[in-house]
Amino acid sequence: MAVQLDARPPVAPTPGTTRPSRSVRLSRFDTRYSPYLYIAPFFLLFGVFGIYPLAYTFWVSLHDWDLLGADHPFVGLDNYSELLADPDFWHSVVNTLGIFVISTVPQLLLALWLANLLNRQLRARTTWRMAVLIPNVTSTAAVAIVFAVLFGRDFGMINWLLDHVGVDAIDWKANRLASWVAISAMVDWRWTGYNALIFLAAMQAIPRDLYESAAIDGAGRARQFWSITVPLLKPTIIFAVIISTIGGLQLFTEPRLFNSGTNAIRGGPLRESQTVTMYMFENAFAPHYNFGYGSAIAWLLFALIAVVAAVNVLLLRRLGGGARKEDSR
Amino acid sequence: MVTFTRRRLAAVALVATTALLGATACGGGDNEAAAGGPVTLTVDVFGQFGYAELYKEYMASHPDVKIVERGTGSNLDEYSPKLTQWLAAGKGAGDIVAIEEGLLVEYKANPQNFVNLLDHGAADLKGNFLDWKWNQGLTADGKQLIGLGTDVGGMAMCYRKDLFAKAGLPTDREAVSKLWPTWPDYIKVGEQFKAKNTGAAFLDAATNTFNTILLQTAGNTTGYSYYDTGDKLVVDSNPAVRQAYDTTMDIIDSGLSGRYGSWSEEWVSAFKQSKFATIACPAWMTGVIEGNAGPGAKGKWDIAQVPGNGGNWGGSFLAVPKQSKHQAAAIELAKFLTSAQGQIGAFKAKGPLPSSPQALADPAIVDSTNAYFSTAPVGRIFAEGAKNLKPVYMGPKNQAVRTEVENAVRSVELGKRSPEQGWADAVGNAEKAAAK
Repeated sequence: MAVQLDARPPVAPTPGTTRPSRSVRLSRFDTRYSPYLYIAPFFLLFGVFGIYPLAYTFWVSLHDWDLLGADHPFVGLDNYSELLADPDFWHSVVNTLGIFVISTVPQLLLALWLANLLNRQLRARTTWRMAVLIPNVTSTAAVAIVFAVLFGRDFGMINWLLDHVGVDAIDWKANRLASWVAISAMVDWRWTGYNALIFLAAMQAIPRDLYESAAIDGAGRARQFWSITVPLLKPTIIFAVIISTIGGLQLFTEPRLFNSGTNAIRGGPLRESQTVTMYMFENAFAPHYNFGYGSAIAWLLFALIAVVAAVNVLLLRRLGGGARKEDSR
Repeated sequence: MVTFTRRRLAAVALVATTALLGATACGGGDNEAAAGGPVTLTVDVFGQFGYAELYKEYMASHPDVKIVERGTGSNLDEYSPKLTQWLAAGKGAGDIVAIEEGLLVEYKANPQNFVNLLDHGAADLKGNFLDWKWNQGLTADGKQLIGLGTDVGGMAMCYRKDLFAKAGLPTDREAVSKLWPTWPDYIKVGEQFKAKNTGAAFLDAATNTFNTILLQTAGNTTGYSYYDTGDKLVVDSNPAVRQAYDTTMDIIDSGLSGRYGSWSEEWVSAFKQSKFATIACPAWMTGVIEGNAGPGAKGKWDIAQVPGNGGNWGGSFLAVPKQSKHQAAAIELAKFLTSAQGQIGAFKAKGPLPSSPQALADPAIVDSTNAYFSTAPVGRIFAEGAKNLKPVYMGPKNQAVRTEVENAVRSVELGKRSPEQGWADAVGNAEKAAAK
């Protein structure tokens, strides 16, 4: 069903009335309203795919909403109070934050280092720069399946290698910390190169003369990196951290596919690697089909992301500010 | 001139917006003529229902019907959430949908999503199904029939002859059946097997075996498992659950399990690499084993009696969602697929055991053998037991509760919990899941 909107200007007035001429009024209408029309597509799309689902999810979260049930009684904030007292939910929050820290910290440091290397005069520079992006082009599902096989308990290559150096086989799926590490490895494999390219782009915008004068003042490579590159990259680093925070806290495909078999959505018998989004799915869909509770989880996740992103930005401001003072001395 | 261009741009922007909104609003929806003309019927299944030949036969006799099957080979865990979403959304489901027995209870609680087959002459078909199978398809008040039965899950024990030979155990199916009249006997055989260090575990995973023992014990004693017939959660008070749990703990204690999480990738690999010697084997499992172990293991598997006595695990139904645009044609096809002839055809193709007494008595079933399983007389092994199967009642949140209890078993199997902790987890988490 297409929405019918009249694209034409208002109909011409009845003759005989004394009003400004048609073209003048059209022109006034144009200057006043067309800018809104130009930006309307974005806001309409955002409304349909952003605001509406957000608001509807909140509406659903206030109800006892069985996915198949005929009626959905209003329960107010019951889903939220139940959720805040739900140990399985907090367990999934800890998992998510754990995986986030284990994956993001090394990922961004590694990306920074890679970008710094790629920023030098290298032979076949474009090839190297393209190469770091290749993992990002592979499908998440393919990466997750390959890694799940690599990290297999009995038939996995990692355990086979560990066996060669005399380390006992690790049950990557049944050990909470080990499962976090395995999932983080998948995330880093895909996203390190992507972040490295973003950092690289920002590094190239740093004026060369800063480095030259620093070199004349006797600053070595490391000193230049920490005193010039990092402080000037601060806005980009903040951007990368926020994007990584959003992605990291919404982590789903990697842990979901890392766990295979019945109830993979549970992330292991004791929920070893169940992230918040997986817990949300478990409740909203199989086996509970409790849409209201799932929606409440979605909203708390939204709040959690906002909080963590804010904390990250504040921390970074601190760090960056300290570096800048040092720089200006 | 400038204003003209701008106005035109404004118009373009508006039209583009309208078009986008329109495009998103009219996604999906087939406007096929419901009356007369050719109809396409979509059948949603999981796993292997073995209907391909039957579709051809039906399409030949009904030239105006085209049949498309979706979901063949998919995991029940992936299929059932999709089906639930289609039903909740009011569109997307096939004209015929397969529903597994354990999930049927949840769909029965909201019968408004399905066509009442009793309104379409299904009552005459009652005699074509085992009594309990027919009754499972009815809602609690008996007024609506949601699904027509397809198969039942009569139980056996599948085993690897080559691994048994390696461990010095008999390989003949009669002799193997005599080794384990009861589950404690099965454990004893397992211990002998383990002592021979064949490089393989005795069984695949404790969870599958637990479910087998539970359904068997419950069928033979209380007639219900996690919920009693009044829909009260009885995980901690039903002796059948506790007995199955304790027997499974003995299996785990004896170190017989390969601890491959059922239906995981490692489980599938373990089939291929011959990493376990026995697996509890409802009739439909034979198709799963053949698919997982591959052609290389043909003739290495065989089928013996299950320890204990009988039991039923699984089996499905065909239902017609109310949202189907071709209800009459779909009902007719569902009746054909679940008829005795239809069930025999499916059994021959992929092994699901018929739920029709006529089919179970038919020589085509009784005399059938399975080439993959060393030409075991599968018809005789499964069909004989099927007529005397004792069904197990399942309550409203059966699937969610079963998930919790099986995960508790699994956590003990992996050494993460003691048997006592595991039992406490099972009872506590089951209560939590049932309340959700």
